[in-house]
Formats: sequence, C-alpha cells, structure tokens
Amino acid sequence: MSTATSLVKKIEESIEIPSFAQALIMKSVQLVGIPLAGILVFMLLWSTAAQNIDTSLGKFPGPTAVWEQFGNLYNEHVTSREKESAFYERQEIRNAKRVEADPDYVPKVRAYTGKETFLDQIVTSLVTVMSGFLAAAIIAIPLGIAVGLNKTLNTAVNPIIQIFKPVSPLAWLPLVTMVVSALYVTPDPTIPKAFLNSMITVTLCCLWPMVINTSVGVASIDSDLVNVSRVLRLPAIKHVQKIVLPASIPMIFTGMRLSLGIAWMVLIAAEMLAQNPGLGKFVWDEFQNGSSDSLSRIMAAVVVIGFIGFLLDRVMLQVQRFVSWDKASAAR
Amino acid sequence: MSVLLDISKMDMVFPTPKGPFTALKGVDLKIKKGEFVSLIGHSGCGKSTVLNVVAGLYQATTGGVVLNGKEVNEPGPERAVVFQNHSLLPWLTAYENVELAVSQVFGKEKSKAETKEWIEHNLQLVHMDHAMHKRPDEISGGMKQRVGIARALAMQPDVLLMDEPFGALDALTRAHMQDSLMEIQNELNNTVIMITHDVDEAVLLSDRIVMMTNGPAATIGEILDVKLERPRHRLALAEDPEYNRLRSEVLKFLYEKQRKVEPINKAVKVVQETTEDAA
Ligand SMILES: Nc1ncnc2c1ncn2[C@@H]1O[C@H](COP(=O)(O)OP(=O)(O)O)[C@@H](O)[C@H]1O
Ligand SMILES: [Mg+2]
Repeated sequence: MSTATSLVKKIEESIEIPSFAQALIMKSVQLVGIPLAGILVFMLLWSTAAQNIDTSLGKFPGPTAVWEQFGNLYNEHVTSREKESAFYERQEIRNAKRVEADPDYVPKVRAYTGKETFLDQIVTSLVTVMSGFLAAAIIAIPLGIAVGLNKTLNTAVNPIIQIFKPVSPLAWLPLVTMVVSALYVTPDPTIPKAFLNSMITVTLCCLWPMVINTSVGVASIDSDLVNVSRVLRLPAIKHVQKIVLPASIPMIFTGMRLSLGIAWMVLIAAEMLAQNPGLGKFVWDEFQNGSSDSLSRIMAAVVVIGFIGFLLDRVMLQVQRFVSWDKASAAR
Repeated sequence: MSVLLDISKMDMVFPTPKGPFTALKGVDLKIKKGEFVSLIGHSGCGKSTVLNVVAGLYQATTGGVVLNGKEVNEPGPERAVVFQNHSLLPWLTAYENVELAVSQVFGKEKSKAETKEWIEHNLQLVHMDHAMHKRPDEISGGMKQRVGIARALAMQPDVLLMDEPFGALDALTRAHMQDSLMEIQNELNNTVIMITHDVDEAVLLSDRIVMMTNGPAATIGEILDVKLERPRHRLALAEDPEYNRLRSEVLKFLYEKQRKVEPINKAVKVVQETTEDAA
C-alpha cells in the first residue's frame, strides 16, 4: 500500500510541469484558445446559415467562398499592376522611337487609366478617412478646449452640438456635394470632388464626439490643479499648454477613438453615394454588377472593413499609450 | 516686528441655491513676519475659506486682506499654497513640478544653471533629492506632500499657506513631516499659516494657535500664544507641563466651548422631516 502510494508520488513528481510553464499554457489558452474557439463556432454557424439562404444571385456566400474571393481579389490586383507596367513600358518604347526619328518631338506621357483594384480602393478609403478625421480633430480639439474652459460658450454651443450630433451622413452628403461643386471650381482638380465630398461628410459626422469629450475633459480638471495655475499666475496660453491639455489628454483620446470609429462607419456610406473610389464604391459597384460572385466579393469587403476598423482603433490606442501620461486610462 | 499680513473685518457670504450662506463673520487677524500661525477648528467651520481668501482664490464679501501694505484681490506666488491633496501635476516629475513654479516666478531672473540649482536645493530641503525624477504616481503620499512643500518654498513666498498639509497622511509619516517642517522653518523662518485639525501638531509647530468657532458665521474664538523654546522635540515636550497646558487649552476650546452638534441627531432630524414631507 505505502509502496504503491510512494510510487504514484514519484511518477507525479517526475511528470510535474513547472508551475510557470503551467501558468503560461493557461494564459495562452485564455488569450488564443478561447477567441479561436469563438471564431470557429461563428464560422460553423455562418456556413450552415449560408447554405440555407437562397438569393437571386445564388446561395449566400459561406466562409470558403469568401476566402476564395480574397485570392481572386489579390490576383486581380497583381494582374492589373502587370498591365499597368506593361502599358508604361510600351509607351516609353514608343516615345523613344519617335524621339529617335524626330529629335524635336516632345514625348507625351499618358497616365494608365485602368480600374482601381480592391487594394487601391482600401488605400483610397484609408486616405479619405484619415483626412476627414484629421480635419475634424484640428477643428474639434481647440473648439472643445474653448468650450470646456468657458461656461458661457459651452451654454451657447451645446444645443448646436446636441442637434448636429445624431445627423446621419446620408443627410449631409447631398448638401456637401452641392456646396463643394459650387465652391470648388477648378478646370483640373488635383483633389477629386468625390474625395472631398466623402472627406467632408466624414469630418461633419466625427466632429462631435471629439468636441464633447474634449470639453468634458477640460471642464472636469481637478480644481486644485487649476488653483495651482492661478497661484502661479500662468498666462492663458501657458495654462492651456501646461495644465489643460495634458490633464484632458485621456478624455481627448476617448473622443478621438469614438470619432475614428464613427468616421470609418460613415466613410463607407459616403463613398457608396459620392462614388469616391474606395471600399464603399467597391461594395456599391459589386451590388450593381450582380454577378454570381458579387455577394462573396461584398462579404470579403465586409470582413476587410471590419478588420480595418479594428486595426484603426488599435493604432489609436497605441498612439494614446505613447502620448498619454495616464497609462491606466490607455490600458483599455 | 511689524505686521506683515492683516486680515480685517472679513465676512464671507456664499450664494447657495437655498439663499446666501454666511460662512465667516468678522474675522480679524494680524500676523507678523516670521510667525507660524495655525488655524484650528471643527470640520466645516470655515478654515479653508479664510485661507482661500488670503490666497486670493476667493474674494471676501466685505473686509479683506492686506499683505505688505497692498490689498490682496487675486492669487499670486507671493502667497504660495500647499494643498491638502498635494495637487502635483501627475504628468510631470517632482523636479518638473517645481521647475514649472520656479520658471514662472523667477523667469529670466535666474540663469539656466541657477534655476536648476534652486530647484534641486528646494527638493533637498524636503529630503526629496533622491526621487527628483520620479512622477507623483511613483512616490508615496508623504513624498508627494514633500514635493508640494518644495514647490511652494521654491516660490520664495512672503506667506506660506498650508491647508491641512498632513491631514491625509498616516500618523508616523505625519510626525516625520512635522519634524521636517520644523527643521525647514528653523532655517528659513518663513511666515506660515497652517490649517490643522490635529491638536498636537498645532502646539508643536506654532507660535500662535488661532481657534475658530463653529459656523455658520464662524469667527476667531480664542488665540493662544505658544511660547515654547525652539528647537522643539516631540519626546521632550511630551512631559513638559507648559506643552500639556497648551494642549488641554485647545482641547477644552474644541470639545467644551465649541462642542460640535452631533451629526447623528442631524441625520435623524432630516429623516423625520422627509417622512413628514411624504405624509
Ligand atoms: N464655494 C462654496 N460655496 C458655498 N459654500 C461653501 C463654499 N466653500 C465653502 N462653503 C461652506 O462654508 C463652510 C466652511 O467651509 P470650509 O472653509 O471648507 O471649512 P473647513 O475648511 O473649516 O472644513 C462650510 O459650511 C461649507 O459648506
Ligand atoms: Mg478645509
């Protein structure tokens, strides 16, 4: 009996995993295993549901169909780039020949006018969303600081913010389009109008959370810190720079993250209507196209849109970690 | 010695939703240069209000404060304040917190090297030179308060105003801080007004103890001169008859003459009123 138990003990000791390794395994199961299981279950549900939905364009795409489309979209991009470089090569050869025949000839370089690929459209969307978001930040953060510092201004501006905040981008877009066409008249626009329309719509929609959060952050600065500034007789500019801005950085970032999320959501809708060559237009074109692949291509775009939205938030969080002194508020 | 700070006939009335509230009524106090005065009184009687008016953070309703022959009507670095909750800027290190004050107060008067030296000197004075480059969230409560004191001292104020500077600290840390403050006071001989609710602290540190009556319409009840020899040592004083007499004087004032109405009764009364309202 006793020998048996001691034997068991010995075996246990010999196979014992060091506790830190055990903790590591537990942690990685928690961090990777559980989310992975969640995704797997979702995929399973998705593919069973997809098989049971019949649309006029065929069955709803399941995960495999979407995965295939990713491959197709990438190949299309590669082919298009090859065509483009071939086009320029031919043009160069042609021009060289003509210069050879006639030294006075000034060679004409024409740009390649192929259709944007999916990857080009992702880039356009990212550029548009970042421009719109930055324009909003440049307006919203100083405005938020002014509103947070001045009670009268706050009372004056608050109703306007509250009314414009819930307005859908779809309502802004026609107005923006008309105003842009009226004011932006150049024969050869370096910045396309469609881009401006979507960008300004994004700006209008993502302005408000930043204004609100910044002003709340500024208004709720610890009164002791404000008193320190008063005792030191800091001039207004220094007060904002040394006390107000750093103190409200956590709230400013909360607003910026909310705004960026909204900006990305708004952008897709705006691009659909404004025909700005981005992901929104991709979705719209595929919908109009109505081929048997359309749904799976749209679904692929949906996945990409979601993924980019997530990445944008992570990037913002990293920027906050880098900039903010308050590491606790940047942990989430 | 001449009067440095003159608080005369100061009234403070706060407008509240329930109508004007008279917090202070007829506060009169003259403070000489180099004097260490502590304000003691029950919580809510108006000690902070007095200090804030002297600091210029509040405006007295009537009467006022004259410092060095000039009327006080806004805050300024010649009346440096040490707040109860350290109020260091959390995004700056101890050094940078003091630097903000020094560069603002002395500006171009001091060269870069002089500024640095002055900041370091003041941090040394409060024994914080070892953690100069730590941020507030990396140091203890007592250390934060030390930095707060260094920041105030670095402004070379005419009067140093301290609102329960050690109130949030544990007893042992508080004793350390009191010793440090006496040591600094020995060297600099600043004019200080300190609010406290700790009787031992008041007797140990002060030249005069100003005892305030309960509010509303609080005012100065009694003033006690503390003529104990300096430097003072807490252990030696524990058996000193004069120390103990002063201590019991303050205790008598607080717990006999100005006995605070039990807050429990108040709560019961509120409950009764609300039930009556409901009925
Ligand atoms: N800004 C204010 N507005 C209205 N009432 C105030 C204000 N500041 C203080 N009081 C009131 O004045 C009284 C004295 O407050 P305070 O000076 O903070 O007391 P203490 O510091 O002695 O605890 C309290 O009853 C308080 O409610
Ligand atoms: Mg107080």
